[in-house]
This record gives sequence, C-alpha cells and structure tokens, in this order.
Amino acid sequence: MSNNKVNKATRRGFLAGTAGVIGTGLAGLPGRRAAAGSAANLPPNIPDASKALGDGVDARAYGSPSEFEKHVVRRNVAWLTATTESSVNFTPLHELDGIVTPNGLCFERHHSGVAEIDPADYRLMINGLVDKPMIFTLDDLKRFPRVSKFYFLECAANSGMEWRGAQLNGCQFTHGMVSCVQYTGVPLKHILDEAGLKSNAKWLMPEGGDAAGMNRSLPLDKALEDCFIAFKMNGEALRPGQGYPARLVVPGWEGNMWVKWIRRIEVGDQPWHTREETSKYTDLMADGSSRRFTWIMDAKSVITSPSPQAPLENKGRQVLSGLAWSGRGKIQRVDVSFDGGKNWRTARIDGPVFSKCLTRFYYDFAWDGSPMLLQSRCIDETGYVQPSKHELRRVRGENSIYHNNGIQTWHVMKSGEVENVEVSG
Amino acid sequence: MLKSVARVSQFLLAALIWLFLVESTGLAGPLALGREATPKEVAGWDIDVRPDGQGLPPGKGDARQGEEIFQERCAACHGEFGEGLDRWPPLAGGFESLAGDNPVKTVGSYWPYLSTVFDYIRRAMPFGDAQSLTPDEIYAITAYILYLNDLVQDEEFELSRQNFLSVKLPNETNFIPDPRPLTELRQQREPCMANCKSAVRILSRARVLDVTPESGKKSE
Repeated sequence: MSNNKVNKATRRGFLAGTAGVIGTGLAGLPGRRAAAGSAANLPPNIPDASKALGDGVDARAYGSPSEFEKHVVRRNVAWLTATTESSVNFTPLHELDGIVTPNGLCFERHHSGVAEIDPADYRLMINGLVDKPMIFTLDDLKRFPRVSKFYFLECAANSGMEWRGAQLNGCQFTHGMVSCVQYTGVPLKHILDEAGLKSNAKWLMPEGGDAAGMNRSLPLDKALEDCFIAFKMNGEALRPGQGYPARLVVPGWEGNMWVKWIRRIEVGDQPWHTREETSKYTDLMADGSSRRFTWIMDAKSVITSPSPQAPLENKGRQVLSGLAWSGRGKIQRVDVSFDGGKNWRTARIDGPVFSKCLTRFYYDFAWDGSPMLLQSRCIDETGYVQPSKHELRRVRGENSIYHNNGIQTWHVMKSGEVENVEVSG
Repeated sequence: MLKSVARVSQFLLAALIWLFLVESTGLAGPLALGREATPKEVAGWDIDVRPDGQGLPPGKGDARQGEEIFQERCAACHGEFGEGLDRWPPLAGGFESLAGDNPVKTVGSYWPYLSTVFDYIRRAMPFGDAQSLTPDEIYAITAYILYLNDLVQDEEFELSRQNFLSVKLPNETNFIPDPRPLTELRQQREPCMANCKSAVRILSRARVLDVTPESGKKSE
C-alpha cells in the first residue's frame, strides 16, 4: 500500500470523526468540579484581592507554589518497597506542562536515603588507570569549562509495574519516574584529562557518597561523548534528593547510572558488575537468561491529560497533552489514537525539540461524551517506533521489569473518568 | 606591529609563569585544576571489588563465624536463613525459578559474581550502618551466604582473598549482552495509521486491582 493511500484513509477517518463529534458534542456536561468559588469574588462584585494589600516582597524569600496547588506533589507507592529510604516517589506528570520539570517535583529514587553533604566537605576523587590520581573540590569543578543541557532522566523501572498488565491508576504512577531539567556542569572528558587516562582505560566506575555508595560501570566511550558532572539544575543548585552538590549526567541512559552525590570515579580496563548492574537493572527473559548492560532508554510516550488523575470535566473542546522522549536522539513524530490503536492521527509538537529530552505534544479535539481508548505512539529520529506492550512481551516474556516503553492506553468513560487499561493487540 | 609583539611577549610570560606553577605544584592537567590525591586518601575511599579480584582486601572468615555475624547484623531484614522478611530481598534459594511464573532472584539463583556480594556488603550493608564491617567479617558473611545457598556444604568453609576466585556462582553464564538494536528495533517501519486492528477489547483494568495510592482523582 502506498503512503498516499494511508494518508488519504487517515484524513478521511479524521474528518468523519470530527464531524461526528461536532454534531453532538457542544452541549457540555455539567462540570463535576464546577469552579464554584465565592460569589463575593465574582462579577459584578469587586473581589477581595482587588481591594486589600497583599504580602510584601520579603514575605517569601524563596517562592513556593500557590496554596491552591498543594495537591501537586510527588507521591510514594508504599507497598512497592520495604522502606522509604530505599524507594521511589513519582513526578505528578498529569499536573505539568511544557518540557521542564520543576526541581521540587523531579522524581526521586534513593537506595539509602538522601545524603546531606556540606559543599565544603565535598570532594571528587579520580583514581585507577590514570597518570595521577586527583582530588577536586566543588570550587575546582566550577572553574572547568561548563555546559548547560536539557535532558530527560528516566528510571529503567519506570512503568515496570505495568509489565504484565494495567496496574496503577494514574500516569504519575505508571510513568512518573521521569523528569527533565536543564543541567549545568563539567564534561567528564575535562575532568579525566586533568588526571590523564592510561592507554588501557576502557571503563569508569562512578560512585556515590551516600550510604549506598551507589556504583555502576560506565563505558569510557559514552563518558567522553556526552556525560558530565552537574552541579546545577534549572539554574539553581541541585536539590539534596537529586545529588547535591554534584551528580553524574548520562544522557539517554537509565537513571540509575546518573550517580548522585558523586564522590569518586575509578578508571579501569573492564566492568565491575556491581550489584545494581547484575542483581538489579538486568532484564530477565522468558527462557531464564538475562540481558545485562541495557543502558539506553528506548523511545516512549504517554498522554498526561486526560489521564486517570486528570479526568474530563466537560464535553466539547479539550486539549490532549502528552510527553515523548528517546534515549537515541530527538523525537520526530507523535501519533495519537482515540480508538485503542485502530486509527492514528499525528499530534502537534510544541516547544523545543532537543535530543534525549522530553518533548511536548498536543492534540486539540472536541469530545462528544462517548467512551474513548486513548493511546500515543512516538517515533524518534532513528526511525524507531514505540512498540505495544504485546510486542515487547513477545520478545522479552512476562518476567521483565525494566525498560517497559510500551504504548499506554487510557480508557475515557462516559462520565469523563479515566482508567488505566490494557487492550488487545 | 609593536602591539602584536607586546601581545606575543605577554603570552610567553604567561606561559612561563604557568609552567613554573605547574612544575612547582606538580600539577599535570592541562587546566591545572585540582590536586594529586595521596595514596592514603585513595586507600580510604577505594572500596570497590571486581570479578577478577581487584580490590579484595587481605582477610578471611568462615561460614560459622559468618552465621553469628549474620544473625546479629543482617537477619532482621534478610531473615535467619536469608529468606527475606517482608519486602526485604531474599539472599538464598530460588534455584530453577528464573524461567517460571515467579522468578526469585537471590545470590545463589541469580547473581553472576561473588565479588558483587563482597563489594555491595562492603559499601552499603548493613542497611543504616554502612561501611561498619571489617574485611574479615565481610569474608565470613559472604561464606555464610554461600552456605545458605548450598554452594558450600561445610560450615568450616573459610573464604579469603586467596581462594575467593575459586568460587563460581551458578548463574554466571546466563547473562547476555544487550541485543536491542537487533531485536526490538527490528520493528522499525512506517507505522500503520488506519484500520490497524479489527476489534479492540479491554484485557485488563487497573481499577480492578485497586492498588493505587489514594484515589485516582485530583485532590480537591
């Protein structure tokens, strides 16, 4: 079949669909969350805020969100782990827009809690296969040539609970182990140059200064290509839970490698096979074998609204909003489906499109109140097409946990409520 | 002309000063940042252990000693027999489970290298009191974990730097490199846009499981 035919069929399908929606959809539902407010503040009355003085400039030395946004917080899933110190909280993706995650909402995964480190006590040690083992202070790091880059950071276990079927009702929980900020820091190649790499250097072992001493093996080629040690996120110092005062940035690769509170990098000629790259973060196949060193995060997308925590309140005009990202490069295109993957329409990408970075897409539509099965499917610049969960399971079996980048389905019910479902392939 | 000569000589002067500083402080790097770490500093932080034995400290301990330490320092989470309490990880058992419906990943059933056990205990265990065990204690606990997994039969079995590499874990050869560019990426194609499936059925629903914290809705 020629592309032309596909396009025509798509356009026809789209137009027919839209006409149907417009025909029946403008009446609108009574808003379940009707913004009742206080009549005294509504026209024609003069609202309180228009009369009284507000707080002065010294009332909030460090600003925080409006008190009406208190529900926009990271959340923990208590039954997932034995203790909160070795656990994860999830970014409220359904409440955010654009591509940047606010620093206070970036998901956190700790293995022995948050290390609190005085920057005066911070040291980065480089040892192993180097001409000279070195120690750098934080001030030293800030005197190196610097880069500032936007990258997504995704835990390899993001969506892991969904591997066998729909489990958690909300994109915060199904997809909230991803965040995206602008990191500022020093390329590893500059730091390693100061120590001088021996000719047999092939691998690095970054190690954290927390009580987990988090350590991973990182191939030298990747380290020299684009990895850096960040000390800022979104312009300000890293948050303690994000590795203050310094962390590793490994663009496009699984979050566990982005060692926080980084205190040491050992240079070696072979990998270490640490606990986090053997007993964890390996992918168990159906035959009992396991993939290891599965570093790259494949292309993935999710509709953040509507979603179970962001139900539809009205019929009529709606904004479908979502995120797409790929560890292999830029997002090229995102398609959305309203019927569980039977027919697809290309979404509109808005905002910057960076490599290995969250990318925002929209699809504006009118809802007639009938049930929908919403899906998104992204394609990255290498031509990789986000697979269905069925396709993933066909290759990897039922026992995998990590690297679930399968297509997500949201079932929008007549009531406007949305639930996480899995549909036939 | 004169200006550029002056600039060149300024540059030479700067280069000489830089060379002098580098010589006098022993800095090797092109940016002259940081300082050399002393052997003592490196020894204090260099705690990693590799499968080839690099990094193993001198020391030894047997399974019987390990059992005593394990009951005191580890069993509260991992259980008396390494079975794992609550959601804490089991360390023993799970053999032949990896291809089944409920794979149990333990040191015996899953971990490829014994060095990983030593490295991890040394840096991260006991949970909440990391880096408090001596090398002898870590050798002993590691020996006991082997014993719990029936990988050594004798409680007198003593593990040391000398015999460490003689122990192989059964699942070592079951790990394969990431094949993704050749497998999942094969579905690289122009994706279907219309009439891609005949019927769409809902196969599973999260709300049936009801394991989502709080309600799925916005808090009011």
